[in-house]
Formats: sequence, C-alpha cells, structure tokens
Amino acid sequence: MSINNPLTKNIEEGRAPFTFAEYKAAGGYQSFANAVKMAPRDVMGQVKDAGLGGRGGAGFNTGLKWSFSPDPDGLPRYLVVNADEMEPGTFKDRLLMESDPHLLIEGMITASYAIQASTGYIFLRGEYTVAEENLLKAIAEAYDNGMLGKNIQGSDFSLDIYLHTSAGRYICGEETALINALEGKRANPRFKPPFPQVSGLWGRPTLVNNVETICNIPGILTHGVDWFKGLGLGEECGTRISGVSGRVKNPGCWEMPVGTTFRTLLEDYAGGMQDGYVLKAFLPGGGSTDFLMPEHLDLPMIPGDVAKAGSRLGTSLIMVLDDKTCPVGTVRNLIKFFAHESCGWCTPCRDGLPWVEHILNKMEEGEGEMKDIEILKEMCGYMGPGNTFCALAPGAAEPLQSSLKYFMDEYESHVKHGCSYN
Amino acid sequence: MTNIIASTALKARQLTEEEIHEIEHEKTHYPYAQAVGLEALKIVQKYQGWVSDESLLAVSEYLDIPPDDLEGVATFFNMIFRRPVGKNVILLCDSVACWMLGCDDLKAHITSTLGIDYGETTEDDMFTLIPVPCLGDCDKAPSMMVGRELYRNLTNEKIDQIIAGYKAKA
Repeated sequence: MSINNPLTKNIEEGRAPFTFAEYKAAGGYQSFANAVKMAPRDVMGQVKDAGLGGRGGAGFNTGLKWSFSPDPDGLPRYLVVNADEMEPGTFKDRLLMESDPHLLIEGMITASYAIQASTGYIFLRGEYTVAEENLLKAIAEAYDNGMLGKNIQGSDFSLDIYLHTSAGRYICGEETALINALEGKRANPRFKPPFPQVSGLWGRPTLVNNVETICNIPGILTHGVDWFKGLGLGEECGTRISGVSGRVKNPGCWEMPVGTTFRTLLEDYAGGMQDGYVLKAFLPGGGSTDFLMPEHLDLPMIPGDVAKAGSRLGTSLIMVLDDKTCPVGTVRNLIKFFAHESCGWCTPCRDGLPWVEHILNKMEEGEGEMKDIEILKEMCGYMGPGNTFCALAPGAAEPLQSSLKYFMDEYESHVKHGCSYN
Repeated sequence: MTNIIASTALKARQLTEEEIHEIEHEKTHYPYAQAVGLEALKIVQKYQGWVSDESLLAVSEYLDIPPDDLEGVATFFNMIFRRPVGKNVILLCDSVACWMLGCDDLKAHITSTLGIDYGETTEDDMFTLIPVPCLGDCDKAPSMMVGRELYRNLTNEKIDQIIAGYKAKA
C-alpha cells in the first residue's frame, strides 16, 4: 500500500485522535525500529537526502540543519519542537497536534535518535488547550508502551519527552527566544552565532524544529527516501499542509503534494472566493510575508518560486484579501499585531512598529499627510534585514512594503479622503 | 541600607499545598528551577485567578529566582494576569483573519452587552474582556476563548448564547 498523505492519513474530522494501539495498528511507531539499526549520522543523511525543508516558515533543509550538531560528548542534548504557532493566518500545527498527537511523538523519538538527544521538549502555545490535553495523553501512552523512557524497544537509546505550555508571545516562535523562554527567562532572542545546534538550551546542543517538520520524520524512516521524494510534484519532495483563510467558500487546511499551485489550493481545495467577493491580493504564508497578486496564482508553492515573485512561502497558509476589505486597514491590523508582539529588545522594532501603526491609524481616520507615505517607505528600510536583532520587524515590513508597491493608489486616497471601506 | 522589597511593605504569601505539589511536579521536567518560573506563575494563576505581588514573591522565594527576573517573565507573557480578572476571561481574537470577518463588530456587541471595554471586568466579577493575538483558528474565524474553551465561527447571536451559558453556570 502506498501512502500519499502521511501527515493526515489518521485524521478524520469529528473523530477522537488515535490511541497508541490504534495508531500502531495503522502502521505507526515503525520508524524508530528502522532508524535504530542505522548510525545516527546515517539517519540524518536520510532526512537530508529526502529533501525535507523546514515547515515553520524558513524552509531550511532539515537534515542539513541537524548535521550541524557536534558529535555526542556524553552530556545532555535536546530536541525542542516549536509548537508556538502564532503567525497570523496559520493553523496547521493545531490540526496535527489536536488530531494525531502520536505522529509528533513518533517523529520526536526518531529525530532524537538521529541527533542523540536525551530529552525532548514540546514548546506549545498556552492557548492550544485541546492540543495540550491530547499530547499529554499521547506522551503518557508512549511511556506506558515502552516507546519513551529508558532503553526504548530494548535498544541503548533512552528519551524523555516533556510538554511545556507557554503563555502567549509571538516572539517565542524565534528559536533562540524560545530557548530563553524554556529556560525561564524573558523571551528575547539571542545573538547568533553560536547557533542552537552547537550551544542552545542551557548551553547544550539543541535542535529546534517545527511540528509539521517533525511529523514528516516517521514517514521518511518508515517508507524511505525514494517514497518521500515521489510524493512531491515534479522535482519537489514530500507533502505539506497548506490552507486558506479569508472570504473563500471553504476555508481550511489540507495536505497536498509540495509543488501544488496557489490556484489549485484556492480554487479546488477552498472552493474559490465567496459569492460577491473578488480576489484582490493574498498573503502567501502568514502575516509576515509580502502580498502577491492574482497574476501570481499559478505559481507552485515552492520557496524559490515564491521568492522570485517577491515574497516568501512562509507557512504556506494563505490569507485572501477581497475587494471589499481595505488593504490599508489590513496592513494596519498586521502592524498592530507585530507592534504588540515585539519583544522590545532592539530599537527599529520596538519604536519603528508603533510609529508605523500610528501613521496607519491616522490614515484610516483621514488625518494622514502625503509625507507619511514617504515615512512608511523609509520605515520599511529601517526595519528591514540587517538592521534588527531577529526577523520579527523585517517580517512585519513585508506586508507593508508590498502593499505600498501594489496599493499606492489606496494609500493616496486614504490621505486625501480617509478610508472609503466600511 | 534600605531593603527595597521590605520598603514596599509587601510580603510573600504562603503557597498552598496544591500549588507546591504542582510546582514540584514541573520541577522534575527541567534540570534547573528557574525554568519552572512561568509554569509556577501559571499554576498560581490557575488557583488564585491572577498573580498578585504576594504570589509573585512567593514563587520567587520558592524557586529562588530574583523577584525582578520573575517579574520580567510575568509581564512579558500575554496570558499572565498581574491585575485581578473576572471569573471568566474572554479572549477575543483581533488579528487579521478575525478582523476581516468582523471581530470589531463582535467586540462592540460584547461591550454593549456586558458594559466592559478591553481590559475591564464586569461589576459582578463574572467577565473580563481581553484582546488576544491570532488564536490560530483562522479558517473558523471569528474566534474567541473563554478561559480554556475555544468558540468559533462567531456571530452576535452565538456570543449571546455563550455568555448566557456562563451566567447560568454561575
């Protein structure tokens, strides 16, 4: 039997997630037995060869990221799953954790073997209460069935997994800020280098990976690299979860081959725009990505292709902007989010974002001036890459700069007449 | 030398047995006690409703974390309440998908129904209204949480039912 939807094959809306026994009966918990027959570096090699890119937004090759961790020295090392899903418009990790928690646990066990981690933490956003309950249940079941704890399945490998629930701060999705938070500190990002793979949690080698990234590991180590490569379209490897929010007929998220186009996602999966609404633009992968336009719909959802069009694939959950929603107001809402969630560590972000928010508020209220548009353009540069400590402000600048590119007439009309949308 | 803590006339309160039990359980998950700071604040908040100065000092003493460091954590996170809140905290998502689908109107409805703005608590201490950044429920927007419960695809009518439900439980 060839599985073509390894991430969601156990998920059925309205049904409780699989118990340990059900998950195992469905073919689960096989990847560790395969992995443990190999040297850890060879497991890393398989993940690298599979071409799995990180699913948290940056898209870096997962096996390559793992390979930067130094050889084991007998002291602790950590796997941390970034489950602090808080990118505006993103709701895929929620689905995976609420509906098939054992897939994540299995992925963590096999990934921990590859990097020789002795402890795994799931850093879960506190608002995901259903995911919290389901993960706690799954972890307990995995211990009861000998998949966690000492000498897993009679091997030399031992692993403990703990669930850490956070308390709501977007910056914790940045991996070094997440590590500070996990250590019980204020979640400001850390300077890099050293990278966490070398010196992370409590100064020890630490791999931080997104939930969906780790959920891909069981399939690769169960069915093999060639199977995984065959899942994608054309040269692409694997599947990923993409979704749509906004005024479409059927908002949601679905697993699809890597390389699927935005149009297929929007029209076939999400059913197209709601009656009476026209697609004006879309954010391709969360609130911190540049707007794309209807002419970009035929692009495949691949990081390189989206970058060529001037944006980022990000989390690959798209948000549609319809013709009856104000683009300036949309950007104002996004900037308000980022200004609120700035950790305050560096000036361009801490002071720049509230300033931009203030200007956009003025424009929405019809009190903007033409020079404000110039200030907004300048701010995109000040908050851009190279001027800040982490990627938060550069990310926030992306919808702003692209809206200035595509919707200048709307900005000018706001300055002259205020907002004309309801 | 004046002791700064003493000068505020604030004292740590005694942690309850339940609180200590749960904090001790969390301590087994981490090699260092400081890592439990946020978890301990959440545990205290679960039992006390919010984190008072006296609670913060109690956790600080119990885990041997300087009060300023712990305060830095407490004030950093959206979901740690350093002021009293009502019995039910309404967390209304005001991020982009919910905004596009009308969360401003829902907020106006809640405000007119309960007579509270963001950050305020009803006189009977039943409800506090707080905006929350993206709840990650965008395909079912607009959404909100009340305590640990998530409510989706909201309308004014649905909100009326939800509020009535909590009032009936009281």
